[in-house]
Amino acid sequence: MNVHEYQAKNLMRKFGIRVLNGEMATTVDDAVAGAKKLGGKIWVVKAQIHAGGRGKAGGVKLAKSLDEVKDHATEILGKTLVTHQTGPAGKEVQRLLIEEGCEIDHEYYVGLVLDRNNSKVTFMVSTEGGVEIETVAAETPEKIIKVAVDSATGFSPFIGRKLGFALGFKGDQLKAATKFFKGLYELYMQCDCTVAEINPLVLTKQGEVIALDAKLNFDDNALFRHTEIEELRDPSEESAKELEATEHGLSYISLDGNIGCLVNGAGLAMGTMDIIKLHGGEPANFLDVGGGATKETVEEAFSIILSDHKVKAILVNIFGGIMKCDIIAEGVVAAAKSIGIKVPLIVRLEGTNVALGKKILEDSGLEITTAEDLADAAAKAVAAAAASKA
Amino acid sequence: MTILVNRDTKLITIGFTGKQGTYHSLQSRDYGTNFVGGVTPGKGGMVHEGFPVFDTVSDAMAKTEANTAMIFVPPPFAADSILECIDAEMPLIICITEGIPILDMVKVKKAMLGSKSQLIGPNCPGIITPGECKIGIMPGHIHMPGRVGVISRSGTLTYEAVFQLTQREIGQSTCIGIGGDPVGGMSFIDLLRLFEEDPETDAVILIGEIGGSAETEAAKWIQRNMTKPVVSFIAGASAPPGKRMGHAGAIISGGDDTAEAKFRTLEDCGVTVARSPAELGQKMEEVLNAKK
Repeated sequence: MNVHEYQAKNLMRKFGIRVLNGEMATTVDDAVAGAKKLGGKIWVVKAQIHAGGRGKAGGVKLAKSLDEVKDHATEILGKTLVTHQTGPAGKEVQRLLIEEGCEIDHEYYVGLVLDRNNSKVTFMVSTEGGVEIETVAAETPEKIIKVAVDSATGFSPFIGRKLGFALGFKGDQLKAATKFFKGLYELYMQCDCTVAEINPLVLTKQGEVIALDAKLNFDDNALFRHTEIEELRDPSEESAKELEATEHGLSYISLDGNIGCLVNGAGLAMGTMDIIKLHGGEPANFLDVGGGATKETVEEAFSIILSDHKVKAILVNIFGGIMKCDIIAEGVVAAAKSIGIKVPLIVRLEGTNVALGKKILEDSGLEITTAEDLADAAAKAVAAAAASKA
Repeated sequence: MTILVNRDTKLITIGFTGKQGTYHSLQSRDYGTNFVGGVTPGKGGMVHEGFPVFDTVSDAMAKTEANTAMIFVPPPFAADSILECIDAEMPLIICITEGIPILDMVKVKKAMLGSKSQLIGPNCPGIITPGECKIGIMPGHIHMPGRVGVISRSGTLTYEAVFQLTQREIGQSTCIGIGGDPVGGMSFIDLLRLFEEDPETDAVILIGEIGGSAETEAAKWIQRNMTKPVVSFIAGASAPPGKRMGHAGAIISGGDDTAEAKFRTLEDCGVTVARSPAELGQKMEEVLNAKK
């Protein structure tokens, strides 16, 4: 789960991390009032969307007067930002963060992630802040310094020194940087983060070490023990259909093609998408019904797939393990009756209770194309989608 | 012989009295696994479905001589169960539970170092040596005893591969799902090494996914150490970048973790690649015929 920058910064304050004072606003009036409250002569008006790349897309602007705060807020609120992370449709800005300004001496990159190679939470820092870290990694990988933290000992001051010296900090700056690194590590561990990224971390002309931006991502599997983080969820940032699917225990991701997929298991669901592509088709979605699906969840899965009007054919590919084929078959029949499936339906069943499942489909009198195996299923689905397009 | 589990395996289930735990324990028993009892804290002394229930893993081990544990405990408590098994020096732990917080597994991983236990999973279908021992949630009847090993990060995709093998009358020595989480127990390499050493395995199917570098590392290891042929498929060639595809691990985060990059590395390292998941059985048949 992602949160907005202002929410991330509120959390960071609790862990002693120095961030700039700021006010969240959902209207232009609130934005101006926020700026007045902050005081000073310079403010930054920042669009609050989860996607990165806001600056380049015109979502971050400097204001040197309250009138300019008003102008920028008017322009950015309601604007649709298109960045490399939003996709071509972009994302409409509904919230702003008005922040006080600061005098930047240097920008750094700091990331904290799990290194899957050694299963350790690992700092990644670079003197090349403010640019995309992917670019740094590709062009000058030697400028990224990694320090892993042992989970048994946790953060130790030497880690802060190692990182701080690598970034060229001296004296009081080093102390401030160590405090920052410690705070970020504690936040990561205590809040079950999967990513904590500060880009840029800045050294100000006054010698302060400040997190200018903040991106936090949390482990969905750990949200049960963080209700305070769960409350920060912004539903407008998530696809309504994907949320609906999650509520029913389904894992659904919308894609651009026209062949709807209903599969059990994440690996097989990806494999099914892959084989559709290999046969010249395009999957409309990833959908994993999981192992505990009931007749009702299968029905729900169909209604989610069919709510995408691009869908010209549906491929059901089930390899029953925990999931029993007869349950799927009952769900298919129920969905056909209750919501009506008007596109060609190709079903491939295998595994637990396969004979029973096939019989339920046959006895239903529904128009269903059955497939012998995975390749046959993909070929039939691609042909059906192509035929109905014509 | 085969690897890790066989007729000598003595299995207990942690979370035995729960619905899933009960169902899959009895399924394992029906397949022929030597199932000897279970653990559910607070229910020690009870008899459930004809099997003894114990309060702790150490109790269960002392009384039943169990050497393998299958974990069916809900995600918030599953890491604790693994830690209890490690503390009890349970030789083999198979954790089926899906949805364990990543940082819980980071702690488990640390505790595994220098321990007497080996861990398979979490978030996996389990392990089966066809005809001898089934531990987990896979459908037993699709398997057939034989000489091909199967290792996979995905559950249902493993069934798909096994099914294709059995259809061609190519039996399996042992099939293992290592799970789709970013932090887990035994790796591809750990298992490839066991298969390489196993006199009853002739060839191996390795099924990977986008995300992470486990397949790349495995490919390099195969090139240096493996004399037996390996056939491989990587799921997720059609997945758009940055989208998490169900498995916590299945996300392309940039760099060399796309399916295409992994396919290329595997090919460069002498692995036979199936670009389609429907070709795994056929490719293995070709590889085995070429070996004859």
